[in-house]
Parts: sequence; structure tokens; C-alpha cells
Amino acid sequence: MRFYEYEAKALLRKQGVRLPDGGTAEKPADAGKIARDIGGAVVLKSQVLSGGRMKAGGVKFADTPAEAETACAEILKLPIKDQMPVNVLVEAKAAVAKEYYLGVTFDGVAKLPVMIISDMGGIDIEEVAETHPEHIAKVHLSTLHPFSDYQAKEAVASLGITGGELNQLTRVLAQLVRTFLAYNLTLAEINPLGKLEDGSFVVLDCHLDMEEEARERHQKSVLDELGIGADEMRQGRPPTEFEKRGARVDNVDHRGVAGRVVEFEGNLGLVIGAGGGSLTIFDAVQRFGGKPANYCEIGGNPSVLKACELTKVILSKPGVDKIAVIMNVVSNTRVDIVARGVVKGVVESGFDPAEKIAVFRIPGAWEGEGFKLLEKYGVHYCDRTVSMSEAARRAVEKIAG
Amino acid sequence: MAETKAMFIQVEVDPAAAGDAELAKKLAEVCPVSIFEADGEGKAAIVEENLDECVLCELCVEAAPPGQVRVTKLYSGETLSR
Ligand code: SF4
Repeated sequence: MRFYEYEAKALLRKQGVRLPDGGTAEKPADAGKIARDIGGAVVLKSQVLSGGRMKAGGVKFADTPAEAETACAEILKLPIKDQMPVNVLVEAKAAVAKEYYLGVTFDGVAKLPVMIISDMGGIDIEEVAETHPEHIAKVHLSTLHPFSDYQAKEAVASLGITGGELNQLTRVLAQLVRTFLAYNLTLAEINPLGKLEDGSFVVLDCHLDMEEEARERHQKSVLDELGIGADEMRQGRPPTEFEKRGARVDNVDHRGVAGRVVEFEGNLGLVIGAGGGSLTIFDAVQRFGGKPANYCEIGGNPSVLKACELTKVILSKPGVDKIAVIMNVVSNTRVDIVARGVVKGVVESGFDPAEKIAVFRIPGAWEGEGFKLLEKYGVHYCDRTVSMSEAARRAVEKIAG
Repeated sequence: MAETKAMFIQVEVDPAAAGDAELAKKLAEVCPVSIFEADGEGKAAIVEENLDECVLCELCVEAAPPGQVRVTKLYSGETLSR
């Protein structure tokens, strides 16, 4: 889940990170007041979730409160990648001498969190990695041992940075790591971190992403405080009503994942997931000429209730003729529990499972129990001897009649 | 036997055993999906809306004296008991 910049900065502030003076403006008069309080030049930034704000005209500078009001009015009217800003962040304009990049994310290959630091901030870190790899340092963190500031110091020092700058950057990087760990983030990035002419450091822009699964854990302590609702989706376009209903399903209880759906125009509803399987299945359905009505995720051993509610949401979408229930081999999700949920959802929607479920292919834990249940309801099921691709083909064939 | 029904799972507690407050407490404690609760009089009661969440762990069957709790899979007719 992506945070708006002003929310990300609020989280960083909680860990003691130094930020420019400022606030958010809902209307031009607010921007004028913030600029007056700051008493100098300000920068105004559109609060949207997509990148490319500068290029799109979503970032403006103002020397006076009157200019700030005009700039704010323009930004509030400007859509960026189909998103209207939720507000405008107004901050003191900093006199920057040099820019740095600090980041923490997961290294999927090493299977460890990693700190990334560069003395070439303000541009894409991928670009720096390609053109100036010697300006990037990476140090992995342990998932067993607690984090120590010393590790941040090692990371900064490995770029040849010394003296007061080493100490100051170490402090900010350590605060960023603590933010990453405290809020179960998947990405914490400060880019750029500005070194001001007086030698101090201030966060100019940042980007934080929270692991979706961790939202519930932080809902009451942090997300409520930021005004982020439990069913608020954070993606590059406004969610459809169908997608919002899906998100609500995921919140019915804490068990497993079911309900993150993205809507399409097709007639085959998909209840899919597990270990990257959802993408493979979605592609396979299309390859065989099928038209998915949705993309979704289910896994992590959802409750019967959750699987049932997800099925009902998918079947409620106009134009859905049948559903395909396909997953990779599961070990931590019970086949029989998903089977119960799906069958119940179909029955409660007023349909015959044997007719409505084109194919059920989830091999894995408790599959024997699941298959007994499916047999009772006359549902076409298959085990792991049938590939996900073949299951998708069978579903497409059935829906074609 | 006191009987309750759901779509997939049926749980039965022998009426005599259901009156045992100690057993009612134990059943409420062991069931991972809250299918049992102790009612106002301390008797074992079944939470109907949770029945289909039964994970077939048999903890309730083991917690009760032999033959006093039975869990039946309605889709296959098999019963878990001891
Ligand atoms: S078998 Fe397990 S889940 Fe089912 S009712 Fe007994 S204790 Fe609860």
C-alpha cells in the first residue's frame, strides 16, 4: 500500500527524521497561510500516488503567499495520470548544496532487507545503478538479529563518506531503517535527501510502501491516525465499486487473503492465486481465448467465510457466466476449506455449483477432503496431474459451450 | 443428542455432557474456530455460524469423554468420534 508523500513524511517524523516546515492545503487560502507562517519561498507538491509529478506540472515554487495561493489553485485542478490530488503539500523551499539517495527494501535474491545509499540523489536509483554503480552502496540487514546503527554507518562509510557527513547520514539512514521495520514496509525511500548549505540534512521527497498484509496490524495505531480507512485501496486509478466490495471481503476477518480483485470486461470469474500462480493462470485463460472478468488473489489459508464472500462478489458481477478456481500446489492453504467457501458462495448466490464452477484445480493440503466435497456437489475438479494451464484451457472450453 | 446443522459440518454434544460446565469451558478453549461457547448457565452451546469453519482437528472429540462429542462431515457422512 502506497502512502501519499505527506503521509510518508508523517511516519518519518515519528522516527525523528528532520523534515522541512510546512503542511497540507485543501484550498488555496490554506497554502497562503502556510507560506505566510513559513515566511519565505515555498514548494507546492500535488498529492497523488503516481510518479512524474514534476513533468506533469504538479510541483511549483512560490516566493510569496499570493503566489502560493495561485500555484495551489492550479495544482488542485490538475489531474496527473487520471488522479486528482487529495491535497497540496506546501513546504519551505530548501537551499540545497547536494542531494543523496537513501533506501531500504527487500532483496528477493538474498531474501533479506537491504539498505541502499547513493551520493547521487534526485534521479532514479536504477539509472544511477546503470550509469554510476560506484556511487551506490548496498548492505543487507539480518532478519534474525536486531538492527544496529553501526550497520547504517558501515553502509554510508562504504561510499567513502567521512566526518560529520558520515554521522548525519548514518542517523537519517538508521531512522529510515527503523521506519521500514516499525511499519512493515516493503519500500522506504528518501530521494532526494538534501544537504543544505548550512551542512544539515533534510528530507525533500520520500516514498513509503506498506506490505498489504500488515495493514490490519497498523490500522488502529497508525492508519486511522492518518485517516486511511481499512477498505481504502491505493492504486494508480480510482477503484471501481466491484473492487471496493472485494477489498471489504478481505477485511471480514484476519485469516488468509481473499478479495483483492481487479475488474475486467470478460465472462469468466477467476478465484485464483498462490505463489505467483494467479498471473500464470490469468495469462493462460487469455492464451486459450478466454475473457477473464477479474484478476484476484486468494491464499494464506482464508476462512470459509472469506472464500464464500469472495465467490459471491465475483458472481455478482454482471456478465459472469462461470468461475474457475485454480491455484498452484498449496501447502499453507487448505483445499477443503477453500472448496467449502467457494461451493457455499455459489449456493448462496442461487446457483448450482456443478454448473457454475467450470473447473476446480487446487492441489495440496487436505486435497482428499476437498475432492470428496466437490464430488458431492458434482463439481469438475482436478489434482496436480493436470497443469494450471490445462485447467485454464478446460475452463475456457466449458464457458465456450 | 443435541443437534445443530450447517452446510458441511454437524457437531453433536451429548445432552448430559453439555450440562457439564467444566467440559463446556474446555470445548470453548480448544476449538480453534470458536464453534463452542459456554451459555449463560455454563452449558456447552454451539455457535451455528461458525460450524462450516470446522478444521476437523478433533480437539473437541479428544477433550470430551469418549462418545460425547461427534463431528460429522455432511458431504461424506463420515463422523469423527472416539
Ligand atoms: S474438530 Fe476442531 S474445529 Fe471442529 S469443532 Fe472440533 S475443535 Fe472445533
